[in-house]
Amino acid sequence: MKELVIISGKGGTGKTSITASFAALAVHPVLADCDVDAADLHLILQPEIQTSENFVSGHLAEIRSGDCMQCGLCMAVCRFDAIKDFNVDVMACEGCGACVEFCPEQAIDFPEQECGVWHRSKTRHGSMVHARMHPGAENSGKLVSLLRSEIRKIAEKEKATVVLVDGSPGIGCPVIASITGADAVLVVTEPTLSGEHDLERVLQLITHFRIPAMICVNKWDINPKMTSRIEALAKSMKAVPVGRIPYDAAVTDAQVNARALVESSDGAAARAVREIWETIQKQLFAEECCHVTS
Amino acid sequence: MKIAVASGKGGTGKTTLSCAMAFAVQEEVTLLDCDVEEPNSHFFIRPEIESREQVCRPVPAVDSAVCTGCGECARVCRFNAVVSVGKKTLVFNELCHSCGACIRICPTGALKEIEEPIGQIETGRRDHVRFVSGRLDVGQAMSPPLIRKTLEHASPDGLTIVDCPPGTSCPYVTAVKACDAAILVTEPTPFGLHDLKLAVETIRDLGVPFGVAVNRVTDEAHPIRTYCEAEGIPLLVEVPEDRRAAEAYSRGESINSVMPGLNETLRAVPEKLKAML
Repeated sequence: MKELVIISGKGGTGKTSITASFAALAVHPVLADCDVDAADLHLILQPEIQTSENFVSGHLAEIRSGDCMQCGLCMAVCRFDAIKDFNVDVMACEGCGACVEFCPEQAIDFPEQECGVWHRSKTRHGSMVHARMHPGAENSGKLVSLLRSEIRKIAEKEKATVVLVDGSPGIGCPVIASITGADAVLVVTEPTLSGEHDLERVLQLITHFRIPAMICVNKWDINPKMTSRIEALAKSMKAVPVGRIPYDAAVTDAQVNARALVESSDGAAARAVREIWETIQKQLFAEECCHVTS
Repeated sequence: MKIAVASGKGGTGKTTLSCAMAFAVQEEVTLLDCDVEEPNSHFFIRPEIESREQVCRPVPAVDSAVCTGCGECARVCRFNAVVSVGKKTLVFNELCHSCGACIRICPTGALKEIEEPIGQIETGRRDHVRFVSGRLDVGQAMSPPLIRKTLEHASPDGLTIVDCPPGTSCPYVTAVKACDAAILVTEPTPFGLHDLKLAVETIRDLGVPFGVAVNRVTDEAHPIRTYCEAEGIPLLVEVPEDRRAAEAYSRGESINSVMPGLNETLRAVPEKLKAML
């Protein structure tokens, strides 16, 4: 069983559409939507939720006004300006507990924080875990780690061949949690100056964690010259280019119809995604390629 | 006035719109790139960089000669960034939130705060646009301290446009909360609508007045319009789908050149937002 994480230095490059297509093409996949900030995979895969659990992580300070002597020490120790007029601004509170520790009246409670809800589900292509963060909630990195460990358990139980993870954008906390320990990463990028810049940063991150990386260029024909430049950059950073997807209105149409691209189209983009999946499988299962069928 | 340009989801056109608006307005304007994990606005502004500063954040360091291994620091740390093993105290910077509780509690003064570099801020200018951009070092997990530092460069009384990080969690909240008003950028697709709803929910909790901008509009009757009308959210800008815009973007050119008609609409946005305060 192999775990492939699909990420993009930059958001909106087509990561989720590609993940959904891989889900349709893979033999026995299980799926995790770890883009917890903008979880969209469920819009295509229409999961049937089997179980739901609250995601509880970290704490939030709460001043009991009846016991508060308004000495102001809490404000002095809070580095996040989260206390105003002896009330805690939940959007600013970092959950460090400094105010709780140093309040001379012990007038500050520190309840556990409910950050979101996560689900185990069934889809037409396999089991899936996904989540929804509460607005403004913290600890998305921890939620990502939880989702990945759950889907690996499910994969083992079901003897799945591949775990597909729709990862998070950026290079910070959630994406670090998305890729650590994965077998391979596919970076979806676009042939733009910012796409090139973000790819370079995210490949530095992947190298830092020593994970084999592949890249594909979406909407490559918008700027063929930049596509070549991006592929050369990838190679120089030891990432393997696995294909190019042309600009194709069928991608948006598939989204609108809640289908994966390869389920609803046989056009140029769908064909490109099929080829990319074949190439990825060969990379992913290189040492056991004789067992791979598709 | 500080205007946040934000979106639940990445790739909807935050940077495109921030830069186009900065170029469209005729007054002196400050553009802050607070998408510090992937700052991109410099490609479009192409500023002359005048200065660079390193940004650090405080993390604890142990003086093992003084440390008695009492373990108080590890007890107060909610993030497992300080660990006490036998008589030894270890610090894991990547888990530290720089809250300072361990420093304050240490009874022997064995913990001191040292400054750890987390990124850079670049400052520059192009015509009437003052440009400030934060850039997180690769491998750093926590962007909010750098975002806060970048926000300190806002113009005290003039117009400031803040290109915000995507998503709805800590980096987004850090940037949007510091602004007077916000533009949520989205696309007329099911993904766009879904993520817009989450961004709206978050911004309502923050209490920041906002309107919506829709990018890549192909059809006048799009789902975002229906949603905004039902929710009473002002639609501030609609940018038509145009391959020329995508191509200009790919070359690092602002869309003002290929869509000159947009300038007037964008110029009016700060006024519209001001009226909502």
